[in-house]
Amino acid sequence: MSALSYAAPSTVQDAIGLLSGAKGIAKVMSGGTDLLVQMKMGRLKADLIVDTKKLPGIFGITESAGVFTIGAATSGAQLGEHEGLKAAWPGVVEAANLIGSTQVQGRASLAGNLCNASPAADSVPAMIAAGAVAVIVGPNGQREAPVETIVVGPGRTSLAKDEFILQFRLPARPARSSDAYLRFIPRTEMDIAVVGCGVSVTLDAQGVCTAARVALGAVAPTQVLVTAAANALIGHTLDTATLAAVDAAARAACNPITDKRGTIDFRIKIAGVLARRAAKIAYDRAGARA
Amino acid sequence: MTYVGNKADLKVVGTRPVRPDGVDKVTGRATFGADFNLPGQLVGKVLRSPHPHARIIKIDASRALALTGVKAVISAEDLPNIASEEAFVGEGPMNFRDLSRNCMARDKVLYEGHAVAALAATTEAIANAALALIDVTYEVLPFVIDVNEAMQPGAPLLDDNMYTANVEPKPTAPSNIAKRVHFKKGDVAAGFAKADVIVSGTYNTEAVHQAYIEPHAALATANADGQCTIWASSQGHFMIRAYVAKLLGIEIANLRVIPAEIGGGFGGKTVVYLEPLALALAQKSGRPVKMVMSREEVFRASGPTSGASMDVKIGATKDGIITAISSEMRFQAGAFPGSPVQPACMCAFAMYDLENVEVTGYDVISNRPKVAAYRAPGAPIGSFASESAIDELADKLGMDPIVLRQKNAVNQGSKTHYGVTFPEIGYEQVLAATKAHPHWSAPLGPNQGRGVATGFWFNIGGESSAAVHINEDGSVSVATGSPDIGGSRASMAMMAAEVLGIPVDNVRAIVADTASIGFTHVTGGSRVTYATGMATVQAAQNVVADLKKRAAMIWDISPDAVDWKDGEAVPAGANAGGFDPLPLAAIALKAGRTGGPIGSEVSVNAQGAGPGFGAHICDVEVDPETGYVTVLRYTAVQDVGRAIHPSYVEGQIQGGAVQGIGWALNEEYIYNAKGSMDNAGFLDYRVPVASDLPMIDAVLVEVPNPRHPFGLRGVGEVPIVPPLAAVANAVSHAIGIRMHDLPLSPPTICAAIDAKG
Repeated sequence: MSALSYAAPSTVQDAIGLLSGAKGIAKVMSGGTDLLVQMKMGRLKADLIVDTKKLPGIFGITESAGVFTIGAATSGAQLGEHEGLKAAWPGVVEAANLIGSTQVQGRASLAGNLCNASPAADSVPAMIAAGAVAVIVGPNGQREAPVETIVVGPGRTSLAKDEFILQFRLPARPARSSDAYLRFIPRTEMDIAVVGCGVSVTLDAQGVCTAARVALGAVAPTQVLVTAAANALIGHTLDTATLAAVDAAARAACNPITDKRGTIDFRIKIAGVLARRAAKIAYDRAGARA
Repeated sequence: MTYVGNKADLKVVGTRPVRPDGVDKVTGRATFGADFNLPGQLVGKVLRSPHPHARIIKIDASRALALTGVKAVISAEDLPNIASEEAFVGEGPMNFRDLSRNCMARDKVLYEGHAVAALAATTEAIANAALALIDVTYEVLPFVIDVNEAMQPGAPLLDDNMYTANVEPKPTAPSNIAKRVHFKKGDVAAGFAKADVIVSGTYNTEAVHQAYIEPHAALATANADGQCTIWASSQGHFMIRAYVAKLLGIEIANLRVIPAEIGGGFGGKTVVYLEPLALALAQKSGRPVKMVMSREEVFRASGPTSGASMDVKIGATKDGIITAISSEMRFQAGAFPGSPVQPACMCAFAMYDLENVEVTGYDVISNRPKVAAYRAPGAPIGSFASESAIDELADKLGMDPIVLRQKNAVNQGSKTHYGVTFPEIGYEQVLAATKAHPHWSAPLGPNQGRGVATGFWFNIGGESSAAVHINEDGSVSVATGSPDIGGSRASMAMMAAEVLGIPVDNVRAIVADTASIGFTHVTGGSRVTYATGMATVQAAQNVVADLKKRAAMIWDISPDAVDWKDGEAVPAGANAGGFDPLPLAAIALKAGRTGGPIGSEVSVNAQGAGPGFGAHICDVEVDPETGYVTVLRYTAVQDVGRAIHPSYVEGQIQGGAVQGIGWALNEEYIYNAKGSMDNAGFLDYRVPVASDLPMIDAVLVEVPNPRHPFGLRGVGEVPIVPPLAAVANAVSHAIGIRMHDLPLSPPTICAAIDAKG
């Protein structure tokens, strides 16, 4: 019977060294709310777990010149209690806070949610819509990558075996900017998104959209940045024609499967509905931040 | 004690004392099935079939046995080959051959998750590793999951020797149809000829699980002298004793079963799965063996209840008098016969006083886990079809659906289509209370709909034993053989206190093991408060008679000259003598000098249970773009006879309604193309969470059952019967489309809205 090794290094260099030298399957753990469950269910047999929670900078939220830096293992509960982050990025926070139960929120992290690489991860479409950047450390030092480049397929990321995410950065926002995230589940909580949609917008004084990003989850093997939906918003107030164009663009971006959580037709339809509704919330929030 | 007709005469019954099991449960001290441990115990695990249907060619456990720490491996070859024999110890018919083969597959595996072998090892990690070292050679066979497909000629056969029972002449070819049931009253063709309006439709439900929070667990020991003990949580430790003794060939006196606190059963713990395997492994290894199912195993290998496909046709005059009903119900039984199609055919139409009715049911096996009882087995399923059709009829007639039911309601003296004539029942009172409830006339907003549905369950009595003992200090111990799944310790203590005339705080009730009390049938059929309560009441009455005798002895007067009043012996009248009252505690103190300990054990086979009826109103709002259903308001009205502990009764009604709402909206067994269950976990098997639900308003109607001293009826099962149709009728009204298939999940509703355009 093979043994499982566990390490909780206190420096980034040690963590990278452990991952570089690992034989077999090495997994990086932050909150562990996905990883430990997968191991208990027998879906994953790891040889080494590198726990990041003792690393400097892995927890906490700081703001400098409007740029928010979020430690990769910062819990959903911590995000939800940060008034500044909630005011600037309500969509990112509401997405992160949808993950799991109250108990899970005490542990679940943005990095874990992203690197678990589920197409249905709640925080990921919101982070992509927000234009979030992942700060990645590895044997060659530090690099930065847009969040939408991290997940490459179900359960697969673009990170090397000895790389992990240390922090996320959310860009500074102009006035009249905000975001929103909606997911569809058949219940009120404790569920996995059938479809998720994040929308981030900046409006001018007349309520016309000047910048937008729209991202969908659970409608394709990875989250989808829907440029056509963003383009449908830019240059427009949220009138009926714009809403219809956003709906159509979102539906066109879908490449879903039929599974136990929803059919292809249902997911495509809901993607359009959520894109419209999330855009409405984001516009309303942005308008209120004049 | 005769029937207490006047509620005002009761001092304890009808009050709401703090629940005696509550503190242990909320502080985590209650010992559930998995909480028992013994020195030297091994961990038992089951190897389960990955195939829905396959012949077992060979099981080779040599590699597993070679692993250090593995102490025993068993398969069907290690267990007695049990012959076909019908039994009735659980909540429904049980064939011991099928039970044995369900616990451990013999020759063939019949569903994904079917047990193929079991082993015991020193640690869980070793046990899990050893499972992967048992080599099973299968010949994979074609499988069938859907009930209608399983009935077709040419469908893969699970049992080559199955010829449909109760069909004349006997079929010439085997099929997956185990049994046909048939109820007929009057002339259906003549009835439909008289109808002004006819509705008909086909209704489908999916298999759903009881979803008790506590997984199955058992700890077993087998001593060198043949004495065996099992600790387990179940709805009947006498059931475990009977089943395990039969399956392993043990004399009943050599098997003692000790009940654990139970974390939910809902009918699903009226059979055995792990218990015989744990004991067989204990016998083989010589060490105690503990087995606990994972949630995934609970879904794949225990429960569930049937999914069904049902046709209903109802004819009525334009005045709303039903002239005829015909129906065919096709029920999944799982891999072995025994679906609840018969009670479904009976209950679905029992609310209506019908002249012409014909109902046919089919019990159909397919490659699914064998169904187990689930709260009012069959009735919610059949009533979904019947109460949806009645609702459609009301829509078509333009008639208030409660008025339509009132026009056709059964009452005392009504003869059902299955032959029984109802005694005192409260259906009319329930309908009147429902119609009068403010919910029924409250306004609705856009995209909102209201549904009403009613339901019936027989309620039963049966065999129960109870003992009442007066302790030396005057406190009272009550022991029964009924596992407490719905507050029976509270209700037994209350009924004993009522008879003894003392505060309920002085009475402590427990669940006694199989060696410590007489035989008691399972906790099921809504029978315990009625039947075990009757045994408790009679035992308390015996104790009162004895207490009077002791007082007479102390006073040196005739026992006839002593009365029992408010917990004290008093002289029956002025001529009896001028004695001060003698309290129970004073008599208890002198028990040694008046004949020894005071106590009584009574065993009964209680008859005369009171039938139960309920009516539920449900309001929903449907998001027309997504099909998402919000349950806005829910009212459940029920005739409970008389509530012993009203809070527990309301809890039963709320719990039943919630399980029914889950059944209606999102719960279902989802199978993939390989015949494998795709959602064997609480993430994707969606029971409602608390935030999905409004407060369920439970309304108690009390039409006493005069055959019980306190007038009670069983209450636990009726409340799960109406919700399926109540929710479906509400959704149908909200979207303006009659919904025929459960669950009413968002994709289903969305598709219906889109199809209508």
